[in-house]
Amino acid sequence: MKAAGGVYQVDLIALMTGLTFDLESQGFGDLAGLGCQNQVRSAVFHMQLSRIIVPGETSSRLLVSGNEAVALAALHAGVALGTGYPGTPSTEILEHFGRLGGKAQWSPNEKVALEVGIGAAFAQTRTLVTMKHVGVNVAADPLFIAAYSGVDGGLVVVSADDPGMFSSQNEQDNRRYALHAGVPMFEPADSQEAYDLTRTAFELSEQFQLPVMLRLTTRVCHSKGIVVPAAPRDFRADTPHRCPQFRRAIPERVMIPAHARPAHRRLRKKLADVKQWNEVFPGNIASGGEGDFGIITSGVSYLHVREAAPSAPVLKLSCTYPLPIERIRAFVSRCSRCLVVEEGDPFLYEAFRAEGIGVEGKTEQYRFGELNVQRVRAIIAGEPAAEPAPAKGKPPELCQGCPHRKTFDVLRDINCIVSGDIGCYTLGALEPFSAMDIQLCMGASIGVGAGLRHVLPEAEARRVVSVIGDSTFLHSGLTGLAEIIYNRPDTGHVLLILDNSTTAMTGLQDHAGTGRTLAGKKAKKIVLEQVAAAMGADSVDVVDPVSQPEKLRALLLAAMSKNEISVIIVRRACLLALRKESRRAREQNKCIEQTQQR
Amino acid sequence: MTDQVYNIVIAGLGGQGVLTSASVLAAAAFLAGFDVKQSEIHGMSQRGGSVTSDVRFGKRVWSPMVTVGEADAVVVLTPNQELLVKNYLKPDGWLLVANDAMAGQLDNKRSLNVALLGGLSLILPIAERYWEAAIEQAFAPPLREANNSAFACGRRFFMGDKVE
Repeated sequence: MKAAGGVYQVDLIALMTGLTFDLESQGFGDLAGLGCQNQVRSAVFHMQLSRIIVPGETSSRLLVSGNEAVALAALHAGVALGTGYPGTPSTEILEHFGRLGGKAQWSPNEKVALEVGIGAAFAQTRTLVTMKHVGVNVAADPLFIAAYSGVDGGLVVVSADDPGMFSSQNEQDNRRYALHAGVPMFEPADSQEAYDLTRTAFELSEQFQLPVMLRLTTRVCHSKGIVVPAAPRDFRADTPHRCPQFRRAIPERVMIPAHARPAHRRLRKKLADVKQWNEVFPGNIASGGEGDFGIITSGVSYLHVREAAPSAPVLKLSCTYPLPIERIRAFVSRCSRCLVVEEGDPFLYEAFRAEGIGVEGKTEQYRFGELNVQRVRAIIAGEPAAEPAPAKGKPPELCQGCPHRKTFDVLRDINCIVSGDIGCYTLGALEPFSAMDIQLCMGASIGVGAGLRHVLPEAEARRVVSVIGDSTFLHSGLTGLAEIIYNRPDTGHVLLILDNSTTAMTGLQDHAGTGRTLAGKKAKKIVLEQVAAAMGADSVDVVDPVSQPEKLRALLLAAMSKNEISVIIVRRACLLALRKESRRAREQNKCIEQTQQR
Repeated sequence: MTDQVYNIVIAGLGGQGVLTSASVLAAAAFLAGFDVKQSEIHGMSQRGGSVTSDVRFGKRVWSPMVTVGEADAVVVLTPNQELLVKNYLKPDGWLLVANDAMAGQLDNKRSLNVALLGGLSLILPIAERYWEAAIEQAFAPPLREANNSAFACGRRFFMGDKVE
């Protein structure tokens, strides 16, 4: 290691991966037997770290992304299990948590991920569940009910929103979910806050026995900033109380109406208590001070505000549900005018106005897209500014040599009506293919395709084909397949599963069909053709689009002419995944060689 | 340390190393003791589309994004991406664009991103040892040598430019 400045610290993250722990030798032998290995592991790990870190002013500075900061905070908070489904901009949180030594795993979808997280939190551990904003739509069912049931451990659900839609199908503002489900919410502005508020979120969740939402946005997730971590949680002090154990509490956790009615009242009481907590929460920061034109803001907008109006009095809200209304009222009463600057929906603005607090908001033009310093300056000036469309960059495209290219060539040539889905293959909608007609949300290709088949005139109905990727099929295509097998359109239906054996678009994550876990360990592999056959598809074929494009074309034409449910699995591994795989193999071989040489 | 915040925008296409070079710059500024923010949009970057990354450093940095018309330097890895980001440059800012002459001087063209950092190092208040440390962290030994020499090559190349 080099001695210059903070080099040690930047290296630490890399070091973290390589460390292994012997619980016995660390004096944790008694705890190792109690099923607390994971928490103890992180605690021991940090004892090791403290020996590596050279004391000094900069010894704990790290330069990390918001996602990495959340992962590090989760490790320091003693999170026993991290679950989620990949989705930009949230994906790196679990990957990094795994690299740091945490137990992290990809679930088939966000709903299951949250359910696993809830189960672990029922067993009095801390769990982290990550997803992109639209993933919360999928996970909403358990989220709303877990708010009623509460949890025994700590449960933090990350919602990574994407204002401006850099890689999403909408820009829904998930702050409304916190209000709707009744779960407390934190909104960090940068990496340091992502770290601090993740730690606070776990403490709050445990204190009030409620799931807590950590609402990030693309700019928070993917921006790097400096983080000075706090001391990791001391498990030697509280482990005896926090070892995983089951507590029977039927009225709290079996949500039949007789139990749910009092549960709803308990939830509202808890939220009233969290509001009182939030009234004095030091994470809500009042700054600036000159002048009587005040600004209230949250999330990354706070950073733009500090730059656009450096001397204005600013109230930055870090916990934005339930809102500290008295604190806000007091701040506003000291200003002659007060403006709310927030990205996305007028969430804070509407809440303040409903409380009779006279604040001003942004104009409708700033509901769209993300904010930046320039736009915040315009909002503060109160003058709608003309915003020329930014110069168009080069759009993404399917990689040269991508197997999907062959498939979309065939779909275009046959002139299919393609009901598509979410993934790299959505790029088949763009030139030169223009071979995808519909794409809404994860798994929708099958149901939407079936709907078209049910009502279109026969000749057109036969042209309808549903196209879905392997990871997306396991995420939410299984129920779509059940639907078409059960409610078969008169013309049958054709389902193409484009199996490139990875979750490519989000950065090559493994899933239940790849035979490998997030940690790179071997797992039982779900075989798609077996699933389709077992569910009752009339025909299931597997074809390689690169070496057998003519066979793909023939299979497709035959399937379209029959009144059957035909599943065609178009299988060819993603080139990038293969490259990653061979890199991994090379590294492993190198390790083996080095060991043998020794 | 003055209150000045330095704003740099790096642009190119997916796969060219925009994010890597931005990370090296951010790490160098970090090691030099500055407050640093680096912002990037990389959702689709693996698919060959346009990629940009903003790096800001100084005594205290708030927003992670560079504002239009306020960049001290704009670095462009592919000439045709220049139009996209030129408006970020402030009137007396530096525009560093990769070209064939420069690429021709490199042993490995994949190090073009780091060569441009060499040019950037001539105009930013970050001592050379921090750049070296940042490159050392960013690249494993087999690639380190190529990137060190690309950095030096970029320095020489733009030094000539600066003198002219």
